Amino acid sequence: MAPPTETTARAEAVGAPPFERFYATHREEVYRYLVRMLGRQLAEDAFQETFLRALRAYRDLRHARHLRAWAFTIATRVALDERRRARPEPLEAPEIPVADSRPAYAELEHLAGDLPRTERAAVVLRYGYDLDYADIAQALGSSEEAARQAASSGVRRLRAKGAA
Amino acid sequence: MTLPASLDERFRARAAADGLLDVAYDLTDSPVGPLLLAATERGVCRISFDPDAERELEALARWFGARVLRSPKPVDSLRRELDGYFEGARQDFDLPVDLTPLPAFQRLVLEELARVPYGETSTYGGLAARVGNPRAARAVGGALNRNPIPIVLPCHRVVGAGGSLVGYAGGLDRKRALLELERGELRLV
Repeated sequence: MAPPTETTARAEAVGAPPFERFYATHREEVYRYLVRMLGRQLAEDAFQETFLRALRAYRDLRHARHLRAWAFTIATRVALDERRRARPEPLEAPEIPVADSRPAYAELEHLAGDLPRTERAAVVLRYGYDLDYADIAQALGSSEEAARQAASSGVRRLRAKGAA
Repeated sequence: MTLPASLDERFRARAAADGLLDVAYDLTDSPVGPLLLAATERGVCRISFDPDAERELEALARWFGARVLRSPKPVDSLRRELDGYFEGARQDFDLPVDLTPLPAFQRLVLEELARVPYGETSTYGGLAARVGNPRAARAVGGALNRNPIPIVLPCHRVVGAGGSLVGYAGGLDRKRALLELERGELRLV
């Protein structure tokens, strides 16, 4: 069956891809991120909440740019809300999903579990998922400078701990 | 550390249960090949023989909105009715259909098409006459060729003036098989 022609299709411009594609592309790394932030048990509810929030907002998306950063933004806000409500369970040993040129930082990222929540999110997003500071700022609801400071403060704290 | 399948399933079910989807769809096997089944909250909106789900998802997003997600439960009742049809146990489909994105003429043709009884055939000219425009056989053919819900809206029951099978977007083999099933000449299951 051939689909209706463009002229018969609903007129509204839909810039975002079908949600299935967005979900299939980002679900695994968002899940891993939430496990790092919250531990496996809390991550399950947070995962569902993240993509339900994404669905609620998806109708109003008018373009397909920055969808990865958008997914991490929602996940970060859900995770920060969750961490306000509950003490995190002991974290599992996480793996590093990207091999990059910052092995020293990547090492630090393993230890980020004890950091204050915004520093932890900033360190994990920067060194675990390679988001830039503009995207991290959006995720944290802060300025880019504040995001940069949260990450560097987290790194300093971890280094101090590592040196102790 | 990978996403647990049970969590993935729970999310898909919850998304549909909360009414957050423009379209829920699933893929299923059938005696006439793999099918993509899709539904909105208003009714069945798509049955596709096309194995390229990606292309279908793009089209569904354009027609109904971008919140298109694979979620089996909303199309379970359609799957059951189709199973009954392929078994020869069901002659009519009870589920509502959603034809809202289609132009008025095509909707009219498809509504008339739905009245062609199980096991019988009509012609393009005959259908044109029934929508009030006997000379519109070609336009009727075009409308049927873009039927978004084949099988349920039985465009396989429309044949050429001499009874020839002529075109079927799902392929003439499928058209022949569905007609033979309805005449009791073929068992598909």
